[in-house]
Amino acid sequence: MYSVIGSGVAGLAVASELASRGAEVQIFDPAGPPGPHGCSWWAGGMLAPWCEYENAEEPVLRLGQQAIAWWQARTTVERRGTLVVAARRDLPDLRRFARRTEGFREVDAELADLEPELHGFSKGLFFENEAHLSPRKALADLHAGLVARGVAFHTAPAPEGLENAIDCRGLSARDALPDLRGVKGEMLVIRCPDVTLTRPVRLLHPRIPLYIVPRGNGVYMLGATMIESEDRRRITARSMLELLSAAYALNPAFGEAEVLEIGVDLRPAFPDNLPRIRRIGGRIYANGLYRHGYLLAPALAKGVADLALNNIHSEMVDEDRD
Amino acid sequence: MKRFYGTELPNPLMLGTAQYPSPAILEQAFRTSGAGVATVSLRREGAEGAGATFWKMIEDLGVRILPNTAGCHTVKEAVTTAHMAREVFGTRWIKLELIGHTDSLQPDVFQLVEAAKILTEDGFQVFPYTTEDLIVGERLLAAGCEVLMPWGAPIGSGRGLNNPYALRAMRAEFPDVPLVIDAGIGLPSHAAQAMELGYDAVLLNTAVARAGDPVAMARAMMGAIEAGRLARDADPIDARDMAEASTPVIGKAFLA
Repeated sequence: MYSVIGSGVAGLAVASELASRGAEVQIFDPAGPPGPHGCSWWAGGMLAPWCEYENAEEPVLRLGQQAIAWWQARTTVERRGTLVVAARRDLPDLRRFARRTEGFREVDAELADLEPELHGFSKGLFFENEAHLSPRKALADLHAGLVARGVAFHTAPAPEGLENAIDCRGLSARDALPDLRGVKGEMLVIRCPDVTLTRPVRLLHPRIPLYIVPRGNGVYMLGATMIESEDRRRITARSMLELLSAAYALNPAFGEAEVLEIGVDLRPAFPDNLPRIRRIGGRIYANGLYRHGYLLAPALAKGVADLALNNIHSEMVDEDRD
Repeated sequence: MKRFYGTELPNPLMLGTAQYPSPAILEQAFRTSGAGVATVSLRREGAEGAGATFWKMIEDLGVRILPNTAGCHTVKEAVTTAHMAREVFGTRWIKLELIGHTDSLQPDVFQLVEAAKILTEDGFQVFPYTTEDLIVGERLLAAGCEVLMPWGAPIGSGRGLNNPYALRAMRAEFPDVPLVIDAGIGLPSHAAQAMELGYDAVLLNTAVARAGDPVAMARAMMGAIEAGRLARDADPIDARDMAEASTPVIGKAFLA
């Protein structure tokens, strides 16, 4: 029996992978089923390894490409690509983005066919193979899938000395992982039925690269700041201005949107912003998904299952000791 | 090399700590380049120790820390941020940045002089981010600054030294004041040019942090700074309009 501690995207993905390989699994999370207490609740849900490569290391590009198929087997994945645009004055940023990424084609006239309601943009990059999902639905689907397999969810704290424990507590695992830090992210959920965007759109800007992800029924997620701060209490006025300005720049009709939710949380990250698997004293720690929760959780889960079930050390394993 | 408020720096490269792909890459950029000063922003990371983990990483670089007031638009904000910086990093050094214009991030030199005076009286050692204006430079020195940091070009623009004429004049006007080119550097050749002009140090961030390979770019910047400084000390030749043969030609057979 494997005991997964934590039911955020990391814990549920690990449990799902283990269960799909025939292992017996139970899950401990005193906070209960997935909800606003975990940072994966607030994620964008973009499966965008090619775009992320602009500012991430190579494993994100390679391992992230496994994510789409993994999630398609477990939840609804929208495969409509990602559109990257920049205002005319920031076109150098678009050129740089193009130089540093791959898997896109440049679009100009086609932009209006792809997203007719983008307002005032003449050039963009279309990453056709990227996808997105709804994080809350994905968590709920993983949860339901595990329950259907008979996996027990315990809201009691995990007992001491649990055998075959897999610790997926995110930032709460700092007690055992001293090189883990929190990176603040802020996001908004808005409703604006007047504007129709059908795929994630990234707006490049020298200081504030932001994205908008359609959630259906006129609801959009606007994200996300990245601040080296561990204050998860609330959003700053500056961040809210930046997020809303980005939406407004994509289409001024977003000015009439209702603000439904404000999300603030901390992403667990190691110093190189790449995830890690560690086995220390018999307990496996899987952590550090940073801003790539949904993108890298499948690779993390496979790595944990390889280690736990077959003693195979994938590239994410950086420590294995008693 | 001139001393900065009595402190001798190991070399003339001051490197910012924002916008790197990860703290690990930031650390490598410092280690590989050997930059001796790290500038750190406090404004966004927030009060009450919320940025403490990141700041600890910067402290662990083991280099001199120059906190800044990036993002401040008023004297009051800048003074508050400077006090916070002094508490967090235990240093009297403060890079004073007072933004006057949102698009160009041009310093508001009037508020800059005012804030410099307040902070100097409070015991701070102020590194003012200013323009190449000589009179503003004089006023800053009169306010108690012992270092001037004129911009090369707007922050993050990577345009290099927009006004070499004025920067040369500034060097000539303040021969004994440590001068740092702060902002606008995009390429190592820009940094070399600053050193060739006789500047004492170069402060940059975006050009390294946002390069495709920040670690390699940090090294390149250090190499260029070293080249520029050596060239300056080597008394370069003056440019001339006509060719001057490096070998005397009179009396050579081919002239016959």
